[in-house]
Amino acid sequence: MRHVFKTSYTQDLTIWRHRGDLFWYGLLVLILLLLPRLLGTFYIGELGAVFIFAIGGVGLMLLTGYTGLVNLGHAAFLGIGAYTNAILLTAGWPYIVTLPASGLLAAIAGVAIGIPTLRMSGLYLAIATLAFGQIVATVLEKWDAVTHGFDGFAVPTPTILGVEIQGATGVYYAALVVLIFVLWVSVNILRTPLGRAMVAIRDSEISAQSMGVNLKLYKTIAFAISAGITGLAGGLFAQYVNFLAPDSFDILLSIQFLTIVFVGGVGSLHGAIFGALFVRLLPQAIALVRDDLPGNLGHLPGLEPSLFGLFLVLCILFEPEGIYGRWIKIKLWFQTAPVRRRTGFRRQKSYARSERV
Amino acid sequence: MLFQAEQLSVRFGGIRAVDDVSFGVEQGEVFALIGPNGAGKTTIFNMISRIYTPTSGRLIFDGKDFTTVPPHRVAALGIGRTFQNIALFSNATVLQNLLIGCHCHVRSSLLSQLAFLPSARRDEIAHREKAEEVIAFLGLERYRDSLIAGLPYGVRKVVELGRALCTEPKLLLLDEPSSGLNVEETEVMGFWIEDIKKDLGITVIMVEHDMKLVSQVSDRVMALNYGKLLALGTPHEVQTHPDVVRAYIGGEAAA
Repeated sequence: MRHVFKTSYTQDLTIWRHRGDLFWYGLLVLILLLLPRLLGTFYIGELGAVFIFAIGGVGLMLLTGYTGLVNLGHAAFLGIGAYTNAILLTAGWPYIVTLPASGLLAAIAGVAIGIPTLRMSGLYLAIATLAFGQIVATVLEKWDAVTHGFDGFAVPTPTILGVEIQGATGVYYAALVVLIFVLWVSVNILRTPLGRAMVAIRDSEISAQSMGVNLKLYKTIAFAISAGITGLAGGLFAQYVNFLAPDSFDILLSIQFLTIVFVGGVGSLHGAIFGALFVRLLPQAIALVRDDLPGNLGHLPGLEPSLFGLFLVLCILFEPEGIYGRWIKIKLWFQTAPVRRRTGFRRQKSYARSERV
Repeated sequence: MLFQAEQLSVRFGGIRAVDDVSFGVEQGEVFALIGPNGAGKTTIFNMISRIYTPTSGRLIFDGKDFTTVPPHRVAALGIGRTFQNIALFSNATVLQNLLIGCHCHVRSSLLSQLAFLPSARRDEIAHREKAEEVIAFLGLERYRDSLIAGLPYGVRKVVELGRALCTEPKLLLLDEPSSGLNVEETEVMGFWIEDIKKDLGITVIMVEHDMKLVSQVSDRVMALNYGKLLALGTPHEVQTHPDVVRAYIGGEAAA
């Protein structure tokens, strides 16, 4: 096991713990950059979607995993971002403006839902955000003049510096760049007072307040940042699906985002990525083995949602820290060989506050 | 006078939790609040940290009236506190808990934190220096990177004290510093409080039930019962005051 001997404060403030980390993350980015040359369009498109969901997952992770505020209307922010991007692109705005604008408008919506729910937590907040999600979904349906309602909205192909962002590869690279940017901002949040204030609110509001954390301000900021990041994902999502339908931003999508956070691992950015991989790749995995399953099992209606539910329940029962927690334990198991002890791998029974809704 | 409470009262519905209590705390003294359960000691603490708003009366700190200051500004005024049932951030490390204590001294803007500009970095380093000072003062070095959830109760109590010290208070409110501690740990807590007073020059108001600890560290003691002030004076004076004895042991009202 590697122990870092710290000799200066700046060592505590770097993004990577040691050079090994820097090397592996660098290698990962390099591979991701080269991947479109190796894989077919289908896989690149799917990976692009994983990135988009990872961005939205990071957004929800900051709100639910770190600040402890449940959000059952997260898809609304994705929808607002997607429609903003599509509408502004149709109006002829450049992509470099429309994408940040999607994030900005979603952030404003985040403030709009954040302020009235300041005093709520747990179930009450869940219901309020659920209602918010429904309201946004209804507005997207009924506001024909702007969103074209159920006729759908064709998303134009944007260009950056004369290069068209189109097809699976275009979305893949755009999403990769945004994901890296969002992760950088999130790491910054977590290593500065802002992130600590969020964790403080999650663990004990009353003592956070006594330490000088303005609860109203920081909860609103958490909502705004979470929504803004998800708005960016929405802008990319518009590109990914090419054709927007109002009913794609419903409660099921919100629950998918919550699944990302909980299955991935509450309270870690890695968790959001792992969760996005899980949520996007599970349906593909089912499709791959569908015809080989015995009997009619592969074609049972509702197979996919029930598998999602099963994994969520198993995860909460046996690994509350999600895939990331399991990953850390597996790593530890190899690192501590041959002197490992059973105690380090005991079943986790403590729950973070945000898990108790 | 560093801190003054003038005719402080608070009512919850028909209950007068604190009734017309006035007291002052001098710079550099340790001032203890004692009284049976429900006497209003913690209520007074919660009024000072502005979690409750007094129904009437005034709170004055450093010559300024802060009766209407919002609760998250109290730390910046120079008033730090600990809680009766430890309210640490349990899914964070000791160091992170101490750094949250530095929150009221954050100078860098939100934008510079999001982009981690040099001003945010400077802030972080300054806060870490402060946190390390406190870690060295309280001897918490070996727990620096441990999660609170895995620490024994006695250590958590010290960490909470450390978190309050990180706010760089002039006045420290300790709500039952010895509760849940064994005899030995209580003694150590007494030494910390004496050190805080002598070495750091911080004024302390504490709620405490352990009379041995109260006599060991406090300069003056105020006894409360049913929200009313019973007695105020040196530990010996208060402990032998007939009203105080009656409040604890019971007996006939004074004729």
